[in-house]
Amino acid sequence: MLVSTEPNSARATTRTEGTVLVVMLEGRWNLGGSSPRWGSLVGAQRPGSVRLSAEGVSHWDTSLVVFLGEALRWGGTLGVPCDLSALPDKMRTLSKQFEGAMQTCGHEDHSRSLVVDVGLATRSMMDNARDLLQFVGEFWIDTTRLVRGRAGLRWGDCLNEMQRCGAMALPIVSLISFLVGITLAYSGAIVLKRFGGEIWVADLIGVAMTREMGALMAAVTLSGRTGAAFAAEIGSMKANEEIDALATLGISPVRFLVIPRVLALGLMMPLLAMYANCLGILGGMAVAYATLDIPPAAYWIEMLTIVDFQDLMVGVIKSVAFGLIVGLSGCLRGLQSERNASGVGRAATSAVVTAILLIIVADAVFAVLFNAIGL
Amino acid sequence: MTADPAPAIEVKGLACGYADTPVLDGVSFSVRPAEIFFIIGGSGCGKTTLLRNMVGLEKPTRGEVFFNGRSFTNADSGARREMLKTFGMLFQSGALWTSLTLSQNIALPLEEYTRLPRDEIQNIAAFKLAQVGLAGFEEHYPSEISGGMQKRAGLARALALDPGIVFFDEPSAGLDPVTARNLDGLIVQIRDTFGTTIVVVSHDVDSIFGIADRIIMLDRDTRGIIAEGKPSKVAVDSPNPKVVEFLTRRGVRAG
Repeated sequence: MLVSTEPNSARATTRTEGTVLVVMLEGRWNLGGSSPRWGSLVGAQRPGSVRLSAEGVSHWDTSLVVFLGEALRWGGTLGVPCDLSALPDKMRTLSKQFEGAMQTCGHEDHSRSLVVDVGLATRSMMDNARDLLQFVGEFWIDTTRLVRGRAGLRWGDCLNEMQRCGAMALPIVSLISFLVGITLAYSGAIVLKRFGGEIWVADLIGVAMTREMGALMAAVTLSGRTGAAFAAEIGSMKANEEIDALATLGISPVRFLVIPRVLALGLMMPLLAMYANCLGILGGMAVAYATLDIPPAAYWIEMLTIVDFQDLMVGVIKSVAFGLIVGLSGCLRGLQSERNASGVGRAATSAVVTAILLIIVADAVFAVLFNAIGL
Repeated sequence: MTADPAPAIEVKGLACGYADTPVLDGVSFSVRPAEIFFIIGGSGCGKTTLLRNMVGLEKPTRGEVFFNGRSFTNADSGARREMLKTFGMLFQSGALWTSLTLSQNIALPLEEYTRLPRDEIQNIAAFKLAQVGLAGFEEHYPSEISGGMQKRAGLARALALDPGIVFFDEPSAGLDPVTARNLDGLIVQIRDTFGTTIVVVSHDVDSIFGIADRIIMLDRDTRGIIAEGKPSKVAVDSPNPKVVEFLTRRGVRAG
C-alpha cells in the first residue's frame, strides 16, 4: 500500500511474509511535510508480528519517531510483537522514549462534582473576604500612623497621581457628563411636557446631577481609567518582584504605593464630581434652550429654587467615598495579582468590576442613610 | 575535524548596535554543522546583541548572516519565515508563555507550522518534555515550576520543530552548578542525537571548557573578535592577555 506519491516524501509500504507484516519506511520524514500515520497504514490488519525497516529513509526527525512510537503502542495494546532490530539505534531508543511519553500523558478527568465546586467557591470567597479585610486593616493602620505623624507620605508621588487621575481625566469626564445632562434633559422633557411644566427640567437636572449623577459618572469613568491602571501597574510591579524588593527593605507597600494613590483619588474625585455637575447642568441647559425654548437665565433661576448647598454636599460626600473605593479596589487587585502576564490582565479587569460593584452598593447605602437623617 | 564542510551559519562583516552606539563592527565567523559553538566575552561586550542580530530580532547596520549558504539578512518575508522554522532559540529566562501550560507552550509552534492532528501534537509535546526530563509536567503552568525547569521547558519548546540550529542565550545564568551541568549534558545529547548545530552565548567558564567545540571571544573596546578556536588551545596560545585572563582566572568571573 502506497500512502504518499510525491517524489522523495515520507512513504511507508507494507508486505506480508506469512504471518509477519513487513513495514518499509522510505524518503524524507519531515514534521512540516505530510507523513503516513500508523493507524491508517495497518487499518484492521492483525498480523502475527511486525518487522520494521528504515533502509530507504534519507532524512528523519520527530515525525518518524511519532510513527514508530504509535506502532509500538499499537503492538503493545494488541499483543503484536514489533521487531525494531533492523532500525538504527537512535531511532529505536527515541521511539521507545516516545512510547513512554505517550503513556505518561494520560488524559485526566478534569470534571469535578458539585460538592467540590461549592466547596472550592466557598473557600475562595472566604479567602477573598479575608484578603479584603486584611488590606483595609493595613490601609487603616498605615493611615493612622501617617495622621499621627509617625510615618511620612510621599507627596511627590501623590501629586503626580493627582495630576494623572485628576487633571488628565478632565476631557473624558467633560464629555461624559455633558452627554448625561443632555440625555436626562430629553427624557425628563417627555414626562414634564404632559404637565406643561417644561421649566422643571432645570429642577430635575439640578437635583439629579448634584445628588447622583455627577459623583456616579465621575466614579465610573475613573474606575475604568484610573482603577484599572493602578491594578495593572501594581500587578506588573508584583510580577517583577518590585513589591518584594520594598518588603525586604521593610517598606510597607501599602504606605509606599497605596496611600498616595488612594489619597490622590479621594481628593480629586469630589473636584471631578463637582466639575461633572457643572457640565451636566450645562448639557441640560443647552437642550432646554434648543428644544424647549427656555432661556439659560430662566433655567438657572428655576434650578436655584430647588438645588441648595445640602444637595451639593450629598454629591461631594459620596464622591469622596467613591474615590476611596476606586483607589482601594485598584490597589487591592493589583497587590493580589498573579505573577504573570494574564494575571495582570485579570487584575485590571477585576479592579474595574469590584470598583463599580462597590460604588453601586455604597450609593444605595448612602441613599438610605441620607433619607434617614433627612439630607 | 579534517576538512571544512560547508558552514551551517556564516556571518560576514556584521556591524550592529543601538541608535547611536555601535556595539560590534566587522564581525565575521562561521559555524560548522553539528558543532557546539560558543560566543563568549565579558558583560557588555555585545554577545547577546550579536545573537539577536543572528536570529533576526534586530537588523544589522551592515553585513550579512547566511544559514546553509542562504542569506537571512536580505531574505524576503516568505523565505525568512521558512528559515525561522529551521532554528530554535532558548531565551535567558526561558520566555515561556505564562498563560499556557507547558504542553501548550510546545504545541504552539507545531500547531502553527505543521498539519499534524491534535492528539499527535500532544504526544510530541509530551515526548519533547520527556526528552528534557520533564515527563509528567505537561499540565503545569510556567509559574508552578522552578527556574531550572522553566529553562528546560523553554529548551523543549525550542526543539519542538526539530530545528537544525539551536541558539542559547546564557543557558547557565541563574542556575545552580549541578543544574547548569545537566543542561550542558542535554545540549551535547541533542547535538549527538539529531546532529543539531548549537550556538551558545555564555560567560560560564565551566561550560566553555566542558562542551564547546570552538569559541569566539568578543571584546568591548575593539568591538570585534579577539580570539577564535578551540577553548583549550585559545586559553594557552592566545597572545591577548584579556583572553587568557578571562579563560584562566577562574576566581574573577564576569556577571
